[in-house]
Amino acid sequence: MDSPRDEINLNSDHFALFGLTPAFRVDPLALDKRFRELQARVHPDRFAHAGDSERRRSLQLATRVNEAYQTLKNPLLRAQYLLSLAGSDVDKENNTAMPPEFLMEQMEWREAVAEARQASEYGELEQLHHRVRQRMSKRYEQLAELLDDRHDYVQAADRVRRLMFLEKLLAEIDDGMAALEA
Amino acid sequence: MALLHIAEPGDSAAPHQHRLAVGIDLGTTNSLVATVRSGLAAVLSDELGRPLLPSVVRYHPDGSTEVGYAAQGEQARDPRNTIVSVKRFMGRGLADIAHRESMPYVFEDAPGMVRLHTAAGVKSPVEVSAEILRTLRHRAEQSLGGELVGAVITVPAYFDDAQRQATKDAAKLAGLNVLRLLNEPTAAAIAYGLDNAAEGIYAVYDLGGGTFDISILRLSRGVFEVMATGGDSALGGDDFDQRIFCWILEAAKLNPLSAEDARLLLTSAREAKEYLTNHGVAPITARLNSGERVDLKLTTEVFTEITKTLLTKTIQPVRKALRDAGLSVSDVKGVVMVGGATRMPQIQRAVGEFFQQQPLNNLDPDRVVALGAATQANLLAGNRNAGDDWLLLDVIPLSLGLETMGGLVEKLIPRNSTIPVARAQEFTTFRDGQTAMALHVVQGERELVTDCRSLARFELRGIPPMVAGAARIRVTFQVDADGLLSVSAREQTSGVEAGITVKPSYGLSDDEIANMLKDSMAHSKDDALRRALKEAQVEAQRLIEAVQSAMKSDRDLLTDEQFAAIDTAIGRLQAAALGEDRRQISQAMNDLEAETREFAAQRMDKTIRKAMAGKRIEDLPGTEASTETKGEHA
Repeated sequence: MDSPRDEINLNSDHFALFGLTPAFRVDPLALDKRFRELQARVHPDRFAHAGDSERRRSLQLATRVNEAYQTLKNPLLRAQYLLSLAGSDVDKENNTAMPPEFLMEQMEWREAVAEARQASEYGELEQLHHRVRQRMSKRYEQLAELLDDRHDYVQAADRVRRLMFLEKLLAEIDDGMAALEA
Repeated sequence: MALLHIAEPGDSAAPHQHRLAVGIDLGTTNSLVATVRSGLAAVLSDELGRPLLPSVVRYHPDGSTEVGYAAQGEQARDPRNTIVSVKRFMGRGLADIAHRESMPYVFEDAPGMVRLHTAAGVKSPVEVSAEILRTLRHRAEQSLGGELVGAVITVPAYFDDAQRQATKDAAKLAGLNVLRLLNEPTAAAIAYGLDNAAEGIYAVYDLGGGTFDISILRLSRGVFEVMATGGDSALGGDDFDQRIFCWILEAAKLNPLSAEDARLLLTSAREAKEYLTNHGVAPITARLNSGERVDLKLTTEVFTEITKTLLTKTIQPVRKALRDAGLSVSDVKGVVMVGGATRMPQIQRAVGEFFQQQPLNNLDPDRVVALGAATQANLLAGNRNAGDDWLLLDVIPLSLGLETMGGLVEKLIPRNSTIPVARAQEFTTFRDGQTAMALHVVQGERELVTDCRSLARFELRGIPPMVAGAARIRVTFQVDADGLLSVSAREQTSGVEAGITVKPSYGLSDDEIANMLKDSMAHSKDDALRRALKEAQVEAQRLIEAVQSAMKSDRDLLTDEQFAAIDTAIGRLQAAALGEDRRQISQAMNDLEAETREFAAQRMDKTIRKAMAGKRIEDLPGTEASTETKGEHA
């Protein structure tokens, strides 16, 4: 049987673990493929009848592989992770000063969501969901350019902060839709 | 035992011996055990050829029990001591149990989990479930002719930590080595997927006797990846019976019922439900002990009408799971139907309408979970054949979090995270000089602690006094491949640590388990488990003595490092042999054998050289003779 230790280093970064060059643009198929290859080797099901220490090690490694995969799969987490590798933290806690027009726009979005929810307008929520998604996909394209082509981490961190607002908004719309379905 | 003991041919275990492993579907209404024989998964039947074991346990005043059909036959006569659908009580407090007013049991609200008063004393749902599992274990051992290496036990995907822990405890109590807790829809997906070489997005709609699960999976060559799961761990076929039961009470205008009559009518209700699967009208007739007579006809239309809200209750989680997976109905390639309750025509229709396609019914909905579990058990036990190389990636069904100030929940691990998963978060003290911190672990999706399930409370003590906000307490949640949580906390500046495996508030404490285990040992007719442990301990001792005497007589064959390595392995085996864990002992024996393999080979060489010294070739035994010797033993 393979040992879960082979070639897998607990301390390597997520990209190295997946054999990828650190970049925002990742090939999702390559990511999925590598994820499955890694789990096929380290997953606890492979060591169900092995000794305690091997099983513990497998749990650790499989946990690590899952963590890396979740981070790399999600664009916002991936961007934040790239920034932290580049030594430029998004500084979520302290840096909340956003331009007033952006905040204004956010408030308008939120009001629209609250209204649609109040009026039980499922279709309206779906519309909003669609529009926020479109907005986000544009922002992610900009982010890819800033991170991978221009290496402008200051601007990139600003985009990430904006996207955090949008992701939260999207979650709120989802909650609203769930509440109306119930 | 390596070459240190020269075993008689055929006496020692072959290295690739088939290890006996089973899959158990511990259901609300019925349970099954299955295994893989000659590459095929099959359900094991009892001596009368019946594959199902009704999940019914009857307790007698002398402490003996009846399990299965025998108990089921007595439920109307002895409802108080005949426990049905015990799965609904697993890991649950009294307040969690719906319809308890129409149940014939005498409940006791014990801390953690509800208890039942029976003629044989107070029983926990874990003990009742263990009776069912023990019966299945015996069935398997009898029909397979040996002791089991382990079992995969299935649980509803939507079971929370307390319910999973309770199931694992029951298995332990029944003397089973749990290779894995496997989610029921995932087990079904394995059975279906492997049989049909399915690829793409599949939904598994699993309506059992007392639980409902929906799982969305992505199947691709050799990978079963659960993308989202949802459900209701207190909704199942039983609830449809309950609706018919209430309808009967109203339609027949009955007076309040005795426990016996209630059980009788519930049985009639179930029979009517099953009858309606293939008929348009079901007659319901019964003569009650009270002297009243019931003579009614239930039509499909009325049945559909009175159970409409139950159907809606299953569709909501389906929507949510699809959204969690980021998918829509059109992405779903097939819908696998699991659980006896999916035979109801209105369910087939509703699911078909929702997914806009005919549901897949080509597997027996009663058996598919057990068959999938057996297939997985076979793989986990190490009976892997070429081509048996699939990977199963499952998720946790409900978010895990901690209580923070103001009774709010801080989620650490969101629902539908692929397991195993770990997350750490830092907290700090809020008062100057605070030296202890209470942690409250909860599970659920709601914002308020009171709306979530409380899993455990524990305390981190010995934090060095500091100003408020200076301490850094790192809390780590780890969920293993069974979906079970363990939590540890550590104060970063001082290294003070506290750890628990989540269990206390809703499960049983380790002491309780140990006591039950002892009790069950005392009452059990065969103490196979204990005997096997004893045997392993004796065998370990024998191996240690053999190795030690070899080390003494052939010290010159070993380098210092080899000697030290073997000595360490002996120490480990000695420690393991003092414990109660048979697996650990056999693992340590394997390790020691691996460590001495080369030494054994060298001793063998030396013995042969010695034997040959001064002898002529003609004196050596010929190959013919040795073949003959082998033949005698084979």
